[in-house]
Amino acid sequence: MSKPRVAIFDFAGCEGDQLQIVNLEEAVLDVLGQVEIVTWREAMKEQSDHYDIALVEGSITRKSDEERIKAIRGKAGILVAIGACATIGGINCMKNFQDEKFVRRYVYGDKAHWYNTYAARPVSAVVSVDANVHGCPINREEFVQVLKALLQGKKPFIPNYPMCVDCKKAGNVCVLLKGQFCMGPVTRAGCGACCITEGAYCSGCRGLVDDPNMDAARALLGRFGISAGEALGQIRLYDGYREEAR
Amino acid sequence: MSKSAKRELHIRVDHLTRVEGHGNIVVNVSNGKIEDCRWEVVEAPRFFEAMVRGRKWYEMHHITCRICGICSIGHTLASLQATEAALGIEVSEQTMLLRKLALHAENLQSHILHVGYLVLPDLMGVGSVVPLAGSHPAELKTVIRIHRLSNVFSDTICGRTTHPQRLVPGGFVKYPKVDELKKLRQGLTEALSDLKEVARLVCLLAERFPAFSRETEFIALKSDQEYAMYHGQVGSSDGGTWAPGQYKEVTNEFCVPHSTAKYTKHNRDSYMVGALARFNLNSDRLTPEARAVAGLFKLKPVCYNSFMNNVAQIVECVHSVEDSINIIDRVLGRGLALEDIPPIKVCAGRGVSAVEVPRGILFHDYQYDDAGTCIGANLIIPTNQNHNNIYHDLQALLPSLLGKPEKEIELGLEMLVRAYDPCISCSAHYLKVKFKK
Ligand code: SF4
Ligand code: SF4
Ligand code: SF4
Repeated sequence: MSKPRVAIFDFAGCEGDQLQIVNLEEAVLDVLGQVEIVTWREAMKEQSDHYDIALVEGSITRKSDEERIKAIRGKAGILVAIGACATIGGINCMKNFQDEKFVRRYVYGDKAHWYNTYAARPVSAVVSVDANVHGCPINREEFVQVLKALLQGKKPFIPNYPMCVDCKKAGNVCVLLKGQFCMGPVTRAGCGACCITEGAYCSGCRGLVDDPNMDAARALLGRFGISAGEALGQIRLYDGYREEAR
Repeated sequence: MSKSAKRELHIRVDHLTRVEGHGNIVVNVSNGKIEDCRWEVVEAPRFFEAMVRGRKWYEMHHITCRICGICSIGHTLASLQATEAALGIEVSEQTMLLRKLALHAENLQSHILHVGYLVLPDLMGVGSVVPLAGSHPAELKTVIRIHRLSNVFSDTICGRTTHPQRLVPGGFVKYPKVDELKKLRQGLTEALSDLKEVARLVCLLAERFPAFSRETEFIALKSDQEYAMYHGQVGSSDGGTWAPGQYKEVTNEFCVPHSTAKYTKHNRDSYMVGALARFNLNSDRLTPEARAVAGLFKLKPVCYNSFMNNVAQIVECVHSVEDSINIIDRVLGRGLALEDIPPIKVCAGRGVSAVEVPRGILFHDYQYDDAGTCIGANLIIPTNQNHNNIYHDLQALLPSLLGKPEKEIELGLEMLVRAYDPCISCSAHYLKVKFKK
C-alpha cells in the first residue's frame, strides 16, 4: 500500500505552527516516515495537487483565500486545521472589532484601496474541518498524537475541559490566587498549561471550551476582581470569531 | 529556449503559484529586452498596527510577537524595549544579559535553519533537504544537531522556541537554572566545532554563489561596545548614525501596488538590512572564531554581493555561539539571581526601539495613553525593508543571466531572493517567471 500523501498549506498567520513541525527534528522523520509529504512550500521545491491529508495553518482573511481553501478541501480526504489562526481565527480576528475602513487606512494611508481584506475567520467558517490542532503555536507532541490517530483512522482526542485541569496536574499555584489575570477557567485544555508553568498566565490561545458556561466563568473571574469587560477583551485576543466574543 | 521569436513562454517552478503566492517574481522579456522584472509580495495583510490599538502595555509583546513565528523572540524584545522606553522602565544588567542570550538563540536557530535546510539543497542541486538524508547523512545530522541545540537554547532562556512566555516588560517571570545554563554552555561549545564543519562544507560549494555585485546602502545597528544586536544607534554604510527614535528619517516607507508589504529607501534607490548589512557595518566587533570563518570565505567589508548574505549568516552563527558562551560565563560569574519585576508606574508616553533580528533591523514604535492603553503603533520589519533592494538586485542580475537556459535563470533569481532569507515561506522556491519572447 502506498503511504498517505500529506500537503501543508498556509494562509494568514505567522508560520509559527509550521516551524513547530520543523522543530520536531528527527521525530518528524519518524512520523513522516509513515507518510509522504508532497507539498510543503516552507521546506521543499516539489509540489503536487494530489494529496490525502491537508494540514492548514492560518486564518482566512480575503475573498480570494476562500477559493483556494475550497480547492484544497476538494482535493483532501482529511483536512486538519493547525494553530489558533486556523482553528479559531486567532489573533487576526482582533481587527474584526474595528472599523474595516479605518484599519486599512491606518496601515496603508491613502493607498488603502489597493489592499483587500475582510473579517478574519477560522478555516471551519469556510470549509469543513476534520480535526483541529489547537494552540498558538501548536504543541509538537499534540500534533504528532493527532496525526498518528488520523493515520490509524481514529478520532483524535482533543480535550474539552478547562485549562485549570491541566494546570493542577502541572502542579502550578493558581495565578488568580496571586491576584493576576488568567483565562484558564474557560480555555480548552491540552497544552499542559505551559504558559502558567513558564511564569505567565493563560491568555486563551486554544480558545474557549465548547459550550462554555459564561455566567459561571464571569462570576468566578469576578470573584478575583476581573471584570466582564476584561474577560471579553481577552476572549477577543484569540477567539474573536466566536459568538461569545461578539 | 523558444523556437519562435514571437512565442510567449510561461514557466512555473511549481503548480501552486497559479492559485496563490506570498512572493512572486514576474519577468517579461521581449526581443531580449527586459520589459518587466518585479518582486511581488502578495501575502495576506494582517494589520497588526491597527490591531494593537486599544490593547494594554503588558499585552503588546504577546500580540506583536505573533507577527512572525520565526523571529518571535526578536519581536518580543523590540516590543518590550519600546514599552519600557515609553513607560520609563529600567531593566537590570542580568535581564539585559539574558535577553541578549535570547536574541542569540533565535539568531542561531533562524540562520542554521536557512543555511542548512534551504540554501544547502540549492548548492547541492536538489529540491529540498530530504534527499540529503540519503546523499549526505553526516552533514545533515550536523545541521540537525545545531538546530536542535538552538531550540533547547531558546527553551532554556525563554520557555518556548516560538512565542516565548518568560519575557515581560521589566524582566523575566521565570529563570533558567544554573545547571541548565551550564549544560547549555557545554552544548554551545560542541556546536562551535559543528558550525565550523558546516562552514567548511559551504565553503567547498561557495563557487555556486554567483559573482554578483551591486552597490547599495546597508543599514544596521551600530554600537561602540559590541557587535550590535540588542541595542545601539541606527547606522548606514554611507555614513551617519541616528537614534532609534529618528528611524523614520532612514526608513521612509512607501506603498507600491504590487506588494502588501511597504517598501523603504534612504540615500539611494534602496537599502539592505540583515546579516550582510550587520557584517558590513560591524565586522571588526565579531568574536575571533567568527572572524576566522569570515576569513575562510574571504568575506570582507564592504561586500556588495547579496548572495554572500548566506555566508554572513554562517559567520553570525559562530559569533552568536561564541558570544553566548561569554555571556553565560558572565551571568554565572556574577551569580544568577531570581529578580522580581521592578514596580511599574503606568503613564502616557511614546517609546521607540530598534533591535537586530535574524533578517535585519526591526523597529517598534508605540504610543500609550495615561492608562497604558496603546493608542498608536508603527512597526517596520526587516523583510519589508529588503523588498525594494531585492527588486533592484533582480533588475541588476537578470541581464547577466539572459543568455542561459531558462531553468538556470529561474534558479539564479530564486537563489537571489532566498539569499535574503525573506522569511521561510517566501524563501523556499516560490517563484513565477513569465518570459515573453
Ligand atoms: S496560530 Fe499562532 S503560531 Fe500559528 S500561525 Fe497563528 S499566530 Fe502563528
Ligand atoms: S485559573 Fe489559570 S492559574 Fe488558576 S488554575 Fe486555572 S489555569 Fe491555573
Ligand atoms: S496556557 Fe493558555 S495561552 Fe498558553 S498555550 Fe496553553 S492555552 Fe495557550
